[in-house]
Amino acid sequence: MADGIIPTPTPETAPYWAAATAGRLSIQRCLACGRHYFYPRSFCPRCQSADVEWTDVSGRGRLISYIINYRPFPCTHGAAPQVIALVELEEGVRMLTNIVGSPAEPEALPLDAPVSVEFEPRGELKVPVFRLDPVLPLDAVR
Amino acid sequence: MSSMHNGNVAVVGAAETTGLGTLPEMSMIELHAEAARNALADAGLAPSDIDGIATAGPLPMEVSHHLGITPRWLDGTMVGGCSFMLHVRHAAAAIAAGAATTVLITHGESGLSRVGMDRQSGLVTDTASGQFELPYGALMPFANFTVPALRFLHDRGMGRTDLAEVAVAQREWAMLNPRALRRKPVTVGEVLEARPIAYPFTRDMCCVITDGGGALILTTAGRAADLPAAARAVYLLGSGEASEAPIMSQMEDVGSFGAFRRASAEAFATAGVTHADIDHLMCYDAFAHLPLYMLEDLGFVGRGESGAFVASGATRPGGTLPMNTNGGGLSYTHTGMYGMFAIQEAIRQLRGEAPAQVRGARVSFVQGVGMYFGAAGSLIFASEKP
Repeated sequence: MADGIIPTPTPETAPYWAAATAGRLSIQRCLACGRHYFYPRSFCPRCQSADVEWTDVSGRGRLISYIINYRPFPCTHGAAPQVIALVELEEGVRMLTNIVGSPAEPEALPLDAPVSVEFEPRGELKVPVFRLDPVLPLDAVR
Repeated sequence: MSSMHNGNVAVVGAAETTGLGTLPEMSMIELHAEAARNALADAGLAPSDIDGIATAGPLPMEVSHHLGITPRWLDGTMVGGCSFMLHVRHAAAAIAAGAATTVLITHGESGLSRVGMDRQSGLVTDTASGQFELPYGALMPFANFTVPALRFLHDRGMGRTDLAEVAVAQREWAMLNPRALRRKPVTVGEVLEARPIAYPFTRDMCCVITDGGGALILTTAGRAADLPAAARAVYLLGSGEASEAPIMSQMEDVGSFGAFRRASAEAFATAGVTHADIDHLMCYDAFAHLPLYMLEDLGFVGRGESGAFVASGATRPGGTLPMNTNGGGLSYTHTGMYGMFAIQEAIRQLRGEAPAQVRGARVSFVQGVGMYFGAAGSLIFASEKP
């Protein structure tokens, strides 16, 4: 989906997009109440503190919900189905994203599956997308 | 100042556009105008009787000027498809406060033909949605509003069959309604096997897309009693409104919408009625998961019971809680902002004038949703003033 819609950063979101374009997932954390929050803004929406910082996060999370869109946008002829998903990061924030690298079939996309971030070029930016973590064969577990 | 609830404000005019479905010969603003003129005729009122205007989509003055109305009260609240629920609530407050006497609320949308709709075609990429939803292809309603459904179903041990049951129940109502767009009998199996749109949703679990409009006229119960159609007046018992996040990913709980819970609780509290008093229910259904969320979040059933409740036939013709009796957005019509049509059907039922009339319907609950899981509006109407 390198031909997808290109986001336009605003002053508040520019650090998020700059980090993503550099291959890092960076979100904000409130230094007063200690919690991460999303989407970017200049203060903590829970405790209202303006004492907030940008922190690089692991990019690990789990698959919360999804659809398999058989009419993806932009409506390119013959476009492959697209997985549009909610992912919850280990830090507790939820994001909308795409799942890449899995067949666009329900059997391949169990809810609660662990996922990890990667970045897809979009114009001059990169957008965070997620891939299901490889399932270790039983031998490796043993 | 009297209460805005408790039947002090009445709906005295209610009508839809004469045509509904495919209307390429009419622009969006003309759909507003035709619905408004039909509602004025229904009420036996003239444009000069209207001193308040509310609408969503175009600005209020676009509609009032087009109709030759000079309002002293305007409301352009725009929270998507449930805007009209909020307009009813705001109009009732204004009428009770004396800020307006007789309010016209209009909806018109060339949702299918897109005539005179140009303002909505541009992609905005610097808002929260533009930055954190659209880059992932979550642009069209079926690619955004639908995303939480799988979690809702999974956490309750429910599945796609529960979505299909909603579509089937509402098709039974649509089959009784000559104006409904989808009227062909359908089975659960056929709904599940229909063309996939966005898994887990197939075609029949998604709303139709149409052109059309509707309008309402509200005034004081006292003034309603003096109108020729006084016996057809319908009274506002209670109402509520609420909102959550501007982007779906930030809803507090993916499997339950806080705005449904809060708006409906306020509607019940202000109306002074309980679930047992509700004879008829309208649940805004752009997609088949929404009535399931609403049945639970409004408290008509317990958590996880919505699927079995619909499958039992309780919401079908002859059931204990007739729901979406026009066929709903799934089978009747959906111009893009369906809320107006949900209200219209509640008014028809309480007047005893619905194509699929529920016998003895005296109290109706209307639940709206807007901007996907963004906002909610709840209304409780009665056929008699308490």
